[in-house]
Amino acid sequence: MYPPNFEYYAPTTLDEAIGLLDQHQGEAKVLAGGQSLIGMMKLRLAQPAALVDINRIPDLSYVREDASALAIGALTRTAELGRSDVIRARYAILADAGREIADPTVRNWGTVGGNLSHGDPGNDLPACMLALNAEYVAQGPKGRRTIPARKFYQDSFVTALGPSEVLVEARVPRAGPGSGSAYSKMERKVGDYATAAVGVRLAVAKSGAIEGAGIGLTNVGPTAIYAAAASDFLNGKTGSAADLEKAGELAASASAPVADNRGPVEFKRDMVRVWTRRTVAHAIARAKGGA
Amino acid sequence: MAIDVEEVTGSTPSTTTRTIHVTVNGVAHRSTIQNRMLLVHYLRERLRLTGTHIGCDTAHCGACTVLVDGTPVKSCNLFAVQVDGRKVDTVEGLEKGGKLHPVQEGFHLEHGLQCGYCTPGMMMASVALLARNPNPTEEEIRRGLSGNLCRCTGYVNIVKAVQHAAKKMQEPAKGGA
Repeated sequence: MYPPNFEYYAPTTLDEAIGLLDQHQGEAKVLAGGQSLIGMMKLRLAQPAALVDINRIPDLSYVREDASALAIGALTRTAELGRSDVIRARYAILADAGREIADPTVRNWGTVGGNLSHGDPGNDLPACMLALNAEYVAQGPKGRRTIPARKFYQDSFVTALGPSEVLVEARVPRAGPGSGSAYSKMERKVGDYATAAVGVRLAVAKSGAIEGAGIGLTNVGPTAIYAAAASDFLNGKTGSAADLEKAGELAASASAPVADNRGPVEFKRDMVRVWTRRTVAHAIARAKGGA
Repeated sequence: MAIDVEEVTGSTPSTTTRTIHVTVNGVAHRSTIQNRMLLVHYLRERLRLTGTHIGCDTAHCGACTVLVDGTPVKSCNLFAVQVDGRKVDTVEGLEKGGKLHPVQEGFHLEHGLQCGYCTPGMMMASVALLARNPNPTEEEIRRGLSGNLCRCTGYVNIVKAVQHAAKKMQEPAKGGA
């Protein structure tokens, strides 16, 4: 199955890539891993006049933690999330997601930047970044700017990223003491989009109180959803069975699923409730030092 | 350097074609191709390496799995222009000097196939799996091959085939064989 033809560019600098995007006035797309884009082009769901392949640009693939943040370069393959020691030890939500996105072969090519900027509500990493309160660094003709993940997703396939901008880095606030996180995905089979999936990050203070809770939801609305009421509710609570149940109910209320062959609306909403409860419990256990 | 026939008979360069240099199974090729040509079509139709199969054509089934610089990719989901300057390995490159690769031997001896359609992709994914993890558990094999679908075997013999290969590849080389 051949997609329509297109102009192909393989620039070796970010400035060159941005210049090409700018020159094409919104008719060009960035090609990173291409694991969603190429399929959409084959089905004629996307017909860009030009592709700007950023794979030849050096220094866009990295995972490093500094004093304030975990920084992940846009070209980092999603498979790397599950292999990175710092992510496994301190940002388990991303390691969990890095084992659940699509399938192992797709994860070898699909990139973090692509997963975050594609805008498909079925992508797994946006909900994680919403939970983590991450920021995205975008570079365009006017330089760099930072966009909070919680303001990035506007509608299905519509994001705050400009047509001449490239998402170059995701910045996750550095995990403090007592923090824990988890991502759980209900899927019919490997490679499917989530029926429902939930990402949670939080910290447990010495007093036992939950702090800084964040809950993100995948594929149960037009975009990835930040479940603000459920997140706020958990702060100051101890994570009792009643707390977990209430958080699940609030997260379910924040979801807006549509019926498809993964199930009817009521079922998906209830799965958000159940999986939120379980994922919060998992994040608390990790915060307290469990696996 | 192999220059493929269609280039000699010649399309003229344009904004929608590109000349790539790619090493496939150790042989260097130079080809002028349309930008939209998928890697799997390039391998099958230009290089006539038809061992790589097209199954679903939607990046689900893994029948088209090949290695690019040693990493498995679904070649129906990558443009051939993207492998310019890279190394590609296909199922045709597994056998060396008339001797089957241990993964091929495993699929043969353990009967890791029935219709055989998924087998080239299964074997390429297995080769990469064993390169990263020479002694995988059954769970690791099943997870590692979860991007490859088989509709015949129920996967039982595929797991055995990979276990056979893992064992074989860990044996010290026997002299004089």
